Amino acid sequence: MKAVLFRARSLLMSGILALGLPALSSATVWAQDTVAAPAPASVTVPVSPESTTVLKWGADGTSNVPYTFHDPSDENRMSGFEYDIMEEIGRRLGRDAQFVQNDWDGLIPGLERNFYLMVICGIEMTPEHIEAVDFSQPYYMTSERIVVRRDQAGLDSYDRLGGHTIGTVKDTLAERMMGDRHDITVRGYDEESNMFEDLRNKRLDAILIDGPIALYYGEADPAFRIVGPPVGHLSYGIAFAKGGNMELRQQVDAALKSMIVDGTLHRILARWNLWTPEMAAWTGDHSQPGITPTEWERYIAATSPPKGWKARFDRYVSFLPLIGRGAVMTLAVSACAMVLAVALGLVLALARRYGPGWMAAVATIYIEIVRGTPLLIQVLFIFYGLPGIGIRLSPFVAGVISLGLNYAAYEAENYRAGLQSVARGQMEAATALNMSHTQSLRYVVVPQAFRVVVPVMTNDFISLLKDSSLVSIITLTELSQTYVRLSSTYFDYFGTGMMVGGAYLLLGLPFVRMAKLAERRLAVSERRSGNEKY
Amino acid sequence: MAGPEFSGPAFCVETVLCAESISKSFDSNKVLNGVSLTVERGELISIIGPSGCGKSTFLRCLNFLEIPDEGTVTIADDSIRRAGGAWKASDEALAHRLRAHVGMVFQSFNLFPHRTVLDNVMLAPRVVKKVAPSVAEAEARELLAKVGLEAAILRYPATLSGGQQQRAAIARALAMRPDVMLYDEPTSALDPRVAEEVLEVMRALDREGMTQIVVTHDIHFARAASDRIVFMDGGEIIEIGDPDEMCDNPRDPRTRRFLGASS
Repeated sequence: MKAVLFRARSLLMSGILALGLPALSSATVWAQDTVAAPAPASVTVPVSPESTTVLKWGADGTSNVPYTFHDPSDENRMSGFEYDIMEEIGRRLGRDAQFVQNDWDGLIPGLERNFYLMVICGIEMTPEHIEAVDFSQPYYMTSERIVVRRDQAGLDSYDRLGGHTIGTVKDTLAERMMGDRHDITVRGYDEESNMFEDLRNKRLDAILIDGPIALYYGEADPAFRIVGPPVGHLSYGIAFAKGGNMELRQQVDAALKSMIVDGTLHRILARWNLWTPEMAAWTGDHSQPGITPTEWERYIAATSPPKGWKARFDRYVSFLPLIGRGAVMTLAVSACAMVLAVALGLVLALARRYGPGWMAAVATIYIEIVRGTPLLIQVLFIFYGLPGIGIRLSPFVAGVISLGLNYAAYEAENYRAGLQSVARGQMEAATALNMSHTQSLRYVVVPQAFRVVVPVMTNDFISLLKDSSLVSIITLTELSQTYVRLSSTYFDYFGTGMMVGGAYLLLGLPFVRMAKLAERRLAVSERRSGNEKY
Repeated sequence: MAGPEFSGPAFCVETVLCAESISKSFDSNKVLNGVSLTVERGELISIIGPSGCGKSTFLRCLNFLEIPDEGTVTIADDSIRRAGGAWKASDEALAHRLRAHVGMVFQSFNLFPHRTVLDNVMLAPRVVKKVAPSVAEAEARELLAKVGLEAAILRYPATLSGGQQQRAAIARALAMRPDVMLYDEPTSALDPRVAEEVLEVMRALDREGMTQIVVTHDIHFARAASDRIVFMDGGEIIEIGDPDEMCDNPRDPRTRRFLGASS
């Protein structure tokens, strides 16, 4: 499976550099510091995993069929063959296995932040990965498979892929293999579902991908089929933070071994229709216990396209609570961030215009840094970078703070324009009435600037509403995250896209109207003052 | 008009404002060159002179909207002496005390457009003097009635005529109970008919014994209403004198030239 997560740290490092903080010599050193730093009691989500009998494990449960994913027939329940394996390991260790959602790119950094003790997410045990994390023994072995459109012929072996455009997920064995084949045009994807959409739309001739994905995204869909013999060989392992927790790793290894010996692992995989010849060869378990692939059948039934309009409509209606929850989260994050942005923006603008030299300089530097670096980097930096200096924030707080700090810089510029638009005579009149500088600003200048700024600010809030989709990468399940989850579960980008887009529009609509009203009111008062006859 | 006609306390001459050797430069341009003026309580003084003569700057130096480079301003019993150097926080505190004696009216009114006329008048007493809202409102209503705006108290400045706005601005300044009122070309932005409403308010204040200093282009008003006229040119006071005397018999050729051109 893909390995984007191992790139996340370099992204974070560039974020640290971009923000001008002391760069740490290597990602590993930083990671160890993070784990070693005692968690401050005040700001925290993660309860220290060691402190309880809970066995926290991390995975990206969005767009991750059949590893760990939200059960399509009950979105509040987690499902997946890795999920089942972790439940079983928890049982064998006498601990309560608890799934912790994290975005794919954040999985390994989350491990180093002690969000959870281990990651199980189809991570291939390649030499590069072994350098970055410690692995358990393999829990699954499979190979790459070729998936084509059902009507397509002639691409039924690895050799015959030559001369064609082949899709795969980035950083997989398949990608590495095909990298050496100059006769193949390789397209690397981040999302499996996007890749299969491209196969459906004939942007790809075939897909070469890990067995479980080929089965659940390819074979499960009437439009596709798996062809030809397996290609290559790959093993998945459970990842632990490098150099830490040897004891737990040995316990997990022992549990896995016993699951193989007593056939539990075989039964779990068979229920998911995932028992492979590679597993049989590796475990020496060649039995055919005749287990019905119940989970596979359940999945097929739940995701098969609904027959007729009524069924389709019912399915969309069933999405509503999830989309509603996402919308509430989007609105909550955006509203809190806007309050922060408006308050801090005013402080920055006042410091810049009326403060002493050093204060104005600090405000200017802040504004330039924030406006000159991408919001995405800021979000990642605040969530994953700050723990490096002992500040741990919950995803919600980190999302609000990063969006708020970012928008404050833009609001400050708005205020600056607003303050400049207030006539000089206003400040003089206030001074002549013996108001102090602060009183003049508070009662005379700022309220007038505010009136000018309100329409712009309302527009900014609408764009903040949309930018809040970026905080989905720090595990907040807001609207965008809901879209990714729903669409990749049901392969329905169109319908769910319309619904989520509609939700954003509905959220923004009141503010669009507010902006229009504010603009009209301002226009009226300006026209009046323009018509004055002295 | 203060003078022998008055009986009672106004008869005793009392200096309420004293400016000594005020100098002010903008960059290398010397705008005021050692200007001195003493004003008695109840006087109405008009300052006239060609554009750029420094009359507005002098007026603004009296309440430290402009900070003089040198010189001393004394109003009532507060005094600030400047002898070059930076304007410090302690100076600002002194200026704050001094401004408590001074009200100012601007050419462009400078009413607060986001507040009603009543709020404009109430704001400073409430915020600066912490006067109770009910008291501030009662006083504001009284002052607005006095300037003939009782019907407009809840309107916003942008909906008023220029004359109404300037009268509201006068009421706003009076609300702080100043000893001296400064006017910086109060009628220059108004047409003559409307200007008369404002001048009438100023005459009424004069009758009540308010001390007023008016920078103006309106020679007729200056002659008819003032106790004394100050003529400035080139950053200096050229002549101070009785209105009729100065208008009929200017001593300095510059005054003569100016009055000749304006009348």
